[in-house]
Amino acid sequence: MSSVPLAAYLMLALILFCIGLFGALTKRNAVIVLISIELMLNAVNINLVAFAKYSINPGLTGQIFSLFTITVAAAEAAVGLAILIALYRNRQTVNVDEMDTMKR
Amino acid sequence: MLQNSWLIPLFPLLSFVLLLIFRKSKSEGTAWIGVLLTGLSLILSIGVWISVWQGDGIKVEGTWFEIGERAITMGYEVNPLNALMLVIVSLVSFLVHLYSKGYMHGDDRFPVFFAYLGLFSFAMLGLVLSPNLLQLYMFWELVGLGSFLLIGFYYFKPEAKAAAKKAFVMTRIGDVGLFIGMILLFWQVGSFEYDEIFASVRNGDISSGMLTLTALCIFVGAIGKSGQLPLHTWLPDAMEGPTPVSALIHAATMVAAGVYLVAAMYPLFQASETALTVVAVVGGVTAIFAASIGLMQKDIKRVLAYSTVSQLGYMMLALGASGYVAGIFHLTTHAFFKALLFLAAGSVIHAVHTQNIDEMGGLWKKLRLTGPLFLIGALAISGVPLLSGFFSKDEILASTYADGRYGLFWLAVVAAFMTAFYMFRLFFLVFTGKPRGDQRGVHESPSVMTLPMIVLGVLAIVAGYLNTTWFGTFLSDYLAGGPVELAHGDHHGPGWIPIVATAASLLGIGLAYLIYQKGTLSGDWVTRSLPGLSNVIYNKWYVDEGYDATFVKGTKGLSKLGVLFDKYIVDGLVAAVVSGVQGLSKVGSRLQNGQVQTYGTFAIFGIVILLLIVALTGGYFT
Repeated sequence: MSSVPLAAYLMLALILFCIGLFGALTKRNAVIVLISIELMLNAVNINLVAFAKYSINPGLTGQIFSLFTITVAAAEAAVGLAILIALYRNRQTVNVDEMDTMKR
Repeated sequence: MLQNSWLIPLFPLLSFVLLLIFRKSKSEGTAWIGVLLTGLSLILSIGVWISVWQGDGIKVEGTWFEIGERAITMGYEVNPLNALMLVIVSLVSFLVHLYSKGYMHGDDRFPVFFAYLGLFSFAMLGLVLSPNLLQLYMFWELVGLGSFLLIGFYYFKPEAKAAAKKAFVMTRIGDVGLFIGMILLFWQVGSFEYDEIFASVRNGDISSGMLTLTALCIFVGAIGKSGQLPLHTWLPDAMEGPTPVSALIHAATMVAAGVYLVAAMYPLFQASETALTVVAVVGGVTAIFAASIGLMQKDIKRVLAYSTVSQLGYMMLALGASGYVAGIFHLTTHAFFKALLFLAAGSVIHAVHTQNIDEMGGLWKKLRLTGPLFLIGALAISGVPLLSGFFSKDEILASTYADGRYGLFWLAVVAAFMTAFYMFRLFFLVFTGKPRGDQRGVHESPSVMTLPMIVLGVLAIVAGYLNTTWFGTFLSDYLAGGPVELAHGDHHGPGWIPIVATAASLLGIGLAYLIYQKGTLSGDWVTRSLPGLSNVIYNKWYVDEGYDATFVKGTKGLSKLGVLFDKYIVDGLVAAVVSGVQGLSKVGSRLQNGQVQTYGTFAIFGIVILLLIVALTGGYFT
């Protein structure tokens, strides 16, 4: 049952997080960027669950916490997509490159 | 009387201050302030002189400030030499004040002129009273300032402005020499006091090379102030100032300050044979050089100016040839007859309103007083027997001969001949012959102008009897009471020297008479037979042009180089720094592109680097 060690979970979470980070920083399409952010959140969830089982004091706290995270992530994705649609209506683009109002 | 001698310079200073207050006044009565106050100075000076004549002297000093253990003092000193100078300066100053009352009549800045005269008199009297070199230097610069202000009095004339600047700059070159000499002496002796300097010289505390160097540096100051070669060019140009100024400053007093300086520092010069030789040679060469230029000038004041340069050369020659008394004697007599000549020239200019002698002529009958007075001055300066110039010039020639400087002796004799010639050329062209210009309305000057001339005329005749072999050598006995040891005593050269001197002067007068009065000899034959030489002389040996070609052009070239350096090297450096900063900031601004992703990337990199540092230094994981 417990033949998979903690390090493997953490490694998986790390790889997932890095893929998400890479996507968030390099992709030009805002939808893909949002999806990448979800990926990073899920990497965090894996961490939480893994520590909940394998830490010195195992318990349910981590799992419950990850449920909260999933909920918040769903809400966040909804808000993000709403903003994206509003932006698309204004600018006719979802390309992140063209969203440089900070400089203007 | 002696205790109050410090008041002598303060009267003219008071006059300066008062006249500055009244400078807007239109009243010409303001002149009396200056006349009265310098008159007081004169009375006090004569009183002091009489006390000194009876063998008194005074030196009062107080500490001004201290540098380490060296105290710098201020005070006043009266000794035979400067008591004599006090009388000369205050007398000529008083007479010139009086004369200016008439000469400057109708000038818009009448009180200002008298204020400047007061400032100058203050500075000159202060210079003479100084007991140490530092104080002398301060007054030395102040007389330069007075001279500058008065040369440039007609500041709306561009020539006067240029002349004032030239005088200031040229004398400044000399002043630098004096300053260096002064500092060297302070370094060697540790004091600016004449007495202490002379004591060190006597004790042999200063090496002979240093003695020569300091003496020569101080002599450079004298060269600048006294218009000796090669710094003489400012003095003829200084004639742009009003004529009374020329008489006071550029003939009788300030230009004699150089001679006075050498005389006051005489023990220093006596200690160095080289320095004396340099003084004598510079003086002798200046005497004949300036006299030669005087032969051909057409401006009445410029002839007198070159004559002044030449006579100052004579004084230097006398001092250089160990003729201390002869130099001072000539300074005294020259002050009287040259001031007389300038005032008479001023009277002529006042009458005919031109300075060009080609436009004068036949004025003898119209200027009944000025004419004879000018003649007295001309006879005196030419060295005609029984007038003052004869005695002093004779003494100079005798001491030069006695000192064994035979070359300079004959140079001086030729210069005496030239002096007589150009003075009488001037006299005949101005006063005799037919009028060559418009002379309607020419009249004799008012008595306020003729009176000072009469006083000076009398002095120009009798001043020579101060020191004669016939009646007694009063002056040399008197000066022997001073700080200078007159090693040679009296110079009694061979008896033929006065005869030679008289012959030279009479020859000059006779030649001038034949050419300019009788017309039996044509003055043109020199011009025709030696066109090159006369051209060179007429153009004052091209000294000004030479300075223009070397120093002025050189300085301009140097400043052009400086401009190029500034433009390409300094400005280039600045431009390089600017473009460097701009390039850097362009790189920096490229980061600020407004892309959240770029910012995020850098944030991540930053965190990674921080984590790496923590990991590698083992802060967290160990």
